[in-house]
Formats: sequence, C-alpha cells, structure tokens
Amino acid sequence: MAGTDGTIRTDHHTAHPGHTAHPGHADRTTRTDHTNETGETDETGDTDDMDDMDDTPVMYVESSVAGAAKILVVGPMGVGKTTLIGTVSEIKPLSTEATMSQAGARLDTKVRPSKTTTTVALDFGRITLGGELVLYLFGTPGQQRFLPAWKDLARGALGALALVDTRDLEASFDAIGHLEDLDVPFSVAVNAFPDSTPHNEDDLRSALDLLPHTPLVICDAREHKSSVQALISLVSHLIETLTEAS
Amino acid sequence: MSRPGEERTTAAVRPYVITRGRAGSSRDALPLETLVMASGSALPPHLQPEYRRIAGFCQGLLSVAEVAAHLGQPPAVVQVLLADLIGWGHIVARPPIRVVKRKRADLDLLRKVLDGLESKL
Ligand SMILES: Nc1nc2c(ncn2[C@@H]2O[C@H](COP(=O)(O)OP(=O)(O)O)[C@@H](O)[C@H]2O)c(=O)[nH]1
Ligand SMILES: [Mg+2]
Repeated sequence: MAGTDGTIRTDHHTAHPGHTAHPGHADRTTRTDHTNETGETDETGDTDDMDDMDDTPVMYVESSVAGAAKILVVGPMGVGKTTLIGTVSEIKPLSTEATMSQAGARLDTKVRPSKTTTTVALDFGRITLGGELVLYLFGTPGQQRFLPAWKDLARGALGALALVDTRDLEASFDAIGHLEDLDVPFSVAVNAFPDSTPHNEDDLRSALDLLPHTPLVICDAREHKSSVQALISLVSHLIETLTEAS
Repeated sequence: MSRPGEERTTAAVRPYVITRGRAGSSRDALPLETLVMASGSALPPHLQPEYRRIAGFCQGLLSVAEVAAHLGQPPAVVQVLLADLIGWGHIVARPPIRVVKRKRADLDLLRKVLDGLESKL
C-alpha cells in the first residue's frame, strides 16, 4: 500500500469523524503484499486470499455525492505518481491492482485466470468536489509491459496527467505515446528533482514531441497547491479542446 | 463504451453467475470508480461469506476500487461479487460519470471539476 514514502495525510481522517469506521475488524490482518507500487508484475492467479485486509480506516464518500469521475496519473516508476496522488487526496492513497485486459480477453468465461495472469499495482486517491461529485485519481506505471492494463482504466476517464522527470525523459515516452494511441487527452507535468538540470520549455516540448496545444507545467508533487494546479491545467485544457471543437 | 445505457444505469450489468476465482470479461466489468452502498435489504441466510463481507463493508458510499483495496481482494473478484449483489438488490450503485465521446454535454461536468479543484487552492 502507498504510504511508506511519507505522503500520508492523516489530518483528513479526523476532519470527518462521522465518516470513519472499521468494518470487518474481526479478521483484519496487516497487509504484507500489494505494497508500494513498485511497477513489478505479480505473476499469480491466486485470487482467493481472504485475510488480506487493509489497515486503513474507511472514510466513506459523502452521501450527497451523485457519482464519480476519474483522471489517470501516468508516468514511469519513481516519477512521483503516488506522491502527487497522496498530496491532493482526501484519503490516504490506497493500492490495489489492475488486471491486464489482454489476459482477461483471452479467458473463456468458464476458465479461471491462469498462473500467468499479470496484474499491475494501481494507486489511487479521492477528492470530493462541491459535495456532489467525487474525483478519483488512478496512478499506474507507464512501462511498455503495463500498458494493456490501462485500457479498462482509461475508458471513461476525463483525461490524464502525464508526469515527466527531466533526468530521464525517455522513460516517459511509452506512457505519453500510449495516451495518444488510446485517444486520452492529457497534459504534462514536469516534476523537478534536486539534481534535475533546468530545461527550457521548447526543448522539452520537442523532446517529448508534444502538440502545441498540450499544456506543459512544472510541478512539485509534494506540494498541494502545485499538484492541484497541475490538475487544473489538465481540466482547463479539456474544457478548451471541447469549446474549440464546436 | 458501447452499449446504450451502460454508462448511466446498472440495468446493463449482466447477472454474473457465482464466480469466485474467476474474472469475467473485462469489458463488462463494473468500473472501478462506480460508487456502491448496501441497500439495507436483509441478506439471505445461505449467502456465501464473501458476499456478506462485502455487503457488510459497504455501510456507506465507496468506490469499487476502495472496497477492493480495503478488503485486500483483487478488483476483478470484487467487481464480479458486487455485480451479483447489485443484481440481487443488496447493493445499490451510482454509476460513474464518464466522458466517452467528448462532446459539449461534457462541458458542465468539466466545469464542475474545475470549480471544485480551484476551490481547493
Ligand atoms: N524533489 C521532488 N521529489 C519528488 C517529487 N515527486 C516525488 N518525489 C520523490 O520521488 C520519489 C518517488 O516518488 P513516487 O511518488 O513514489 O513515484 P511513483 O513511482 O511514480 O509513484 C519519492 O521519494 C518522492 O518523495 C517532486 O515533485 N519533487
Ligand atoms: Mg507509486
């Protein structure tokens, strides 16, 4: 589960004590797998483990919320996906897994997943907006071998925030290319690390082969305001594209 | 992304047979951001513990992803069990608000999201 990187924000849990509960306490055990999203595949067909309860207190969504929308946060391992999600989320980021849809598609409905079913860690967080809408942020690694898992995840998404580390631009190519292939609108957020050398925007744009209208912002995933602004750049872009299209 | 009504109603969720250890076709899977909650209807005494556990957990609104993460169960399994519970009326679902074809009708949603995010600054 996410959280070993110090991004947990526990203040939210005390903010809404009425929404907190510990259901299923009886057989709850500490989770030992599904740990940090490390980008590792989990080659297992074992879907039966009933004693794998997460330790995080449950904070239910406000009952006034009518439905949820989602945004993907994508990029290579270590680029700051979990950090950004934790920074903006009202719940401690949770981790689950996505099953590669290729594996799913190969299955006859009568057949159990085989030992080669591949899953990919999926971190997510949640933001309640205006009491009637909740936004989920799903973070998934961008390496080529995980891309099939995106297909289901991307379906219906508002868009995606593609995180980039300038120390290794190439590591982001797969993720950005795949967003284009899936026709998911996105904006790019460059996370600055202490040893990143400064790049000018034009160089970055041409290195990443971005279309002129694709927003590119600099972001510190550890900073709330900066991370929210990266999301705002994405949603503003989505609105502009729609307004221009008509 | 295809069937009419799939995005907004739960009527299109096909009644899964009991499927422990089996993931259905991913196309029909309950989206991870679907919000679910127990309806409060009494569970039949013969219902398997896996179902009871989920229904018991859903005392408030939660996404399918959260149910899976908190229970430490693979989403593929939780999606199938939840779809059963929805079919039997023990769980009610609030289907996700999705953008599929990107049309002007989505502008309202996007503006709400933008306003909501701006209010967090
Ligand atoms: N300086 C700096 N460090 C960051 C930033 N985002 C993440 N980190 C650090 O980079 C490491 C990897 O981040 P993580 O969120 O786990 O990456 P993920 O693999 O994409 O989920 C962590 O130690 C973070 O604290 C950022 O914007 N600036
Ligand atoms: Mg991560």
